[in-house]
Amino acid sequence: MRRIRRWGPGLLLVSPSILLIAVFVYGLIGWNIKVSLSDWRTAVPSSKYKGLAAYRDLQSDPAWSVNLHHILLFTVTFIVGALLVGLTLAFLLEKGVRGEGFFRSVYLFPMAVSFIAAGVVWRWLMNPAPGNRATGLNVVFDKLGVGFLANQWYLGQDWGMAAMALPAIWALSGYVMALFLAGFRGVPEELREAARMDGASEFRVYRHVVFPHLRPVTLSALIILGHISIKVFDLIVAIGGKQLITQVPAVYMWILIYDARDYAKGAAIATLLLIGISALIIPYLVYTVRSERRA
Amino acid sequence: MPHKTPPRRATVLRVALLGLVVLMLAIPAAAYSGKSKHASATASCQLQVFSWWTGGGEAAGLSKLITIWNNNNPTCKFKNETVAGGAGTNAKAVLAQRLAAHNPPDSFQGHAGAELRDYIKAGQIEPIDFIYKQYGFNKIMPKSLISQITFNGHLYSVPVNIHRANILWYNPKVLKSAGITKVPTTWAAFIAALEKAKAAGVIPLALGEQWTQQHLLETVMIATIGPARWAALWKKGANWSAPGVTLALNRFKTLLGYTNSDAASLTWQDAGKLVADGQAAFNIMGDWQDGYFSGTKAGGNLALKPGVDYGWTAVPGTTGVYDWLSDSFTLPKGAPHRDAAVKWLAFLGSKKAQDTFNPVKGSIPARQDANAKLYGPYLKWALSQWKKDKLAGSLTHGVVAPNAWAADIGTALGLFLASKDVTKFQSALVTAAKKHA
Amino acid sequence: MSTSTAAPIPVAPVRAPRARRRGRVRLLKYVVLLLFAIVILMPVYVLIVTSFKGGGEIDPAHAWSIPHLWTVDAWRQAWNGLSPNLGNSFKLVIPATLLSTLLGSLNGFVLSKWRFPGADFVFTFFLFGMFIPYQAVMIPLTQLFEDVNFPAGIPRLVFAHIVYGIPITALIFRNYYATIPEDLMEAARMDRAGMFRTYWSVVLPISAPAFVVAAIWQFTSIWNDFLFAVFIITDPAKWPVTVALNNVTGSFVTPYNVQMSAAVLASLPTLIVYVLLGRYFMRGLMAGALKG
Repeated sequence: MRRIRRWGPGLLLVSPSILLIAVFVYGLIGWNIKVSLSDWRTAVPSSKYKGLAAYRDLQSDPAWSVNLHHILLFTVTFIVGALLVGLTLAFLLEKGVRGEGFFRSVYLFPMAVSFIAAGVVWRWLMNPAPGNRATGLNVVFDKLGVGFLANQWYLGQDWGMAAMALPAIWALSGYVMALFLAGFRGVPEELREAARMDGASEFRVYRHVVFPHLRPVTLSALIILGHISIKVFDLIVAIGGKQLITQVPAVYMWILIYDARDYAKGAAIATLLLIGISALIIPYLVYTVRSERRA
Repeated sequence: MPHKTPPRRATVLRVALLGLVVLMLAIPAAAYSGKSKHASATASCQLQVFSWWTGGGEAAGLSKLITIWNNNNPTCKFKNETVAGGAGTNAKAVLAQRLAAHNPPDSFQGHAGAELRDYIKAGQIEPIDFIYKQYGFNKIMPKSLISQITFNGHLYSVPVNIHRANILWYNPKVLKSAGITKVPTTWAAFIAALEKAKAAGVIPLALGEQWTQQHLLETVMIATIGPARWAALWKKGANWSAPGVTLALNRFKTLLGYTNSDAASLTWQDAGKLVADGQAAFNIMGDWQDGYFSGTKAGGNLALKPGVDYGWTAVPGTTGVYDWLSDSFTLPKGAPHRDAAVKWLAFLGSKKAQDTFNPVKGSIPARQDANAKLYGPYLKWALSQWKKDKLAGSLTHGVVAPNAWAADIGTALGLFLASKDVTKFQSALVTAAKKHA
Repeated sequence: MSTSTAAPIPVAPVRAPRARRRGRVRLLKYVVLLLFAIVILMPVYVLIVTSFKGGGEIDPAHAWSIPHLWTVDAWRQAWNGLSPNLGNSFKLVIPATLLSTLLGSLNGFVLSKWRFPGADFVFTFFLFGMFIPYQAVMIPLTQLFEDVNFPAGIPRLVFAHIVYGIPITALIFRNYYATIPEDLMEAARMDRAGMFRTYWSVVLPISAPAFVVAAIWQFTSIWNDFLFAVFIITDPAKWPVTVALNNVTGSFVTPYNVQMSAAVLASLPTLIVYVLLGRYFMRGLMAGALKG
């Protein structure tokens, strides 16, 4: 009885949040799954159970496989790019430089800009106009003498979506840098000193002492970047509109729900996105909680 | 991790926390004591009109209408509810959500024709035959127009304007220096002219993002198979595997070869500007292009001289065919101020409203008694054509195909643009027709 | 480490070549940092330069050049379009940020320090909510608001952001509080302090870095949100500035200079927050607020 009196108040305190999440997240997810299994394929609502028909439709839809290719390319480029840039910046700053505050503010500040605003500018920068109509970065390349780098950016047949990841990398590497910087500085100096005492070169110190400490930070950065990437919508629409050439699942879902009024198929995409995200998140969450318990 | 706790900061945080708790209790109380949505709805009359006219000539035209309305209806002022973005795609989504949540506006903008079918089928808008009868709209608007917007024997919207989609815009100076002596009116002449433009080093046909490519596609199809067979494509049992369609798709593919490689990154204005700037010879676009070409610089337009800096004609092969579309307004079921809404629709169909709105917007009235003196050079020409041309409803702008069908065609087009495979494209179109007709 | 038995003999600085190498490395470091800074600021340059251009200069062909004719016309148009909605944004962001950070602090405290059986499960239960695609739930969400007749307008949006902010704020605070040494909690327990007293006297006073991180994160996401705002608020007069930003560009004709100046205008508050509080953001992160 005394034990319940101990943790009872805590449970009571979080119970409103539990209730809200239960309704507004899980309840609505449940609604979404229900719709994806229903007959609601037009503007007229219908709640007849139709099983996996919408999912099968999606599977045989050539536009869906285009979307999958796009989101995969975008996600990989975005995550790798943001991690690399963030890590590099944190690495350069971690030992302390003059003007660190200035550099940190500059790198962090793209996070403040909304994806819509970022999209507006990057659309200009990545202008794919050829020849004498070239502008944006293509013209800068030309002036710098590296004109061969000029390309079609987000309109490129094979690598277009990788270019689309550039504004996202721009917006979020500052955040990754902040995470890694915190991670670097969380490594106790004594550990580094001890390694140096043992005669390790600076390179070795990084490799065997510092970087292992960065694993949890890397993981959490991966998760945050991953979920932003899978749901990306604002940025894509600001740059490429809703065209198929730059389409990603969140955009296709919009088109299905609000243009085609195929609610079941749109809900199926949402459910698949959720499943994809869960495959990432749940193992990570289990790992985190377990490693915390171990610590 | 050392946690230093300077006493002053602790106090600050505690005060802040108390403040937040007070806030947390106060806000719901304040919110509930405020007017709820339903209270304000019945207290004072406001005409809530939903559209996507937030810029350029359309916003200007709308504000003129608002002024007239407010003068005539001081007890029920106009409430302008607009959402911008992509020729109405954001607005349509927000509208769909509002209608689903049973929170409709008093009237909303929609393209006249099949685009309204979703709302009709979901029982979200009322038939307004009585308005047509009472105000004589069925006598003053063209019969062919009225028959194309009648669904199951009923009318569901009042068309405010008519736009034409099948216009070929060109730059006379570019044509001259490329050696194109006559503006093409047939397919063969068109290809020859495009070749000359290519040889002269300009973009033969300026093109923009995907929806403008669908726009191009529909004009090519109408040019190839004619308005009668075009209309038949949208009825049950339509034959999309016909050789006429194959020919049209192949012609479309040919035309794509004469366009700029960065089309997907250009808006329709960007593409038009290429022609205006002399970097392209031709552009196929609706007649809102005229508004952009000749409008004021202050409004973000190019202020060009019609006929001098730019010219126009029907898309080659469509002379005598009016590929039309129309902005119209509806009467939602459960409109909060139904009487005002009905008055609004009656007003929109009046000569005063249409002759006030359209010259500014850059379109012609749906009524046939327009005062031509109020309209600029292009619109005067359009008015004369509207009187005699055969009508073909636009696909891209919601006349002939309901939203779901148009979306499927858009997806098929997107895949075609990547693969350039006409056979696959045609079979996708056949499938879409079977699914939706 | 030298041991000297005799009087110190001035020794030539053995470290000279190493110092030079270190100096060169430091120079290289600064060059790279500066290059990154330039690349990152380049879009800002385009934004600002375009926002001061007028009519004919505002097309992609002249994106890089300084305006020939500096004009604040675009700024005026942007201000006209956005200023009525800036008030709405503040009315939305400030209560939503304050309340969701408060809620996050309480939740984070319980989930990390005043645990109950299943606390980890509840945390995972919360966290998962961060990842749902919001488009999918817009329709039932708005329908839910209508069904319970929730006060329309900004209150609905505040509520939505508080609810959907529960996961991330709980994450921030829980991770931060996890670093509180157990002996602090023990001491409070020794004093027979209950849950609220422990929170009030032990946890809250040291929560500042976490509050800053959570507040900055929430301020930014709520200020920049478009999707929730455009669907939940149906009265244009009550729209926050992001929706107004979208409207300013118009349905058909898109004046680029107005778009750019509007984008800068709409981003100014968040930018100011970052400039003023960025340092605390870093401090909060270093104290463990957002780590895995």
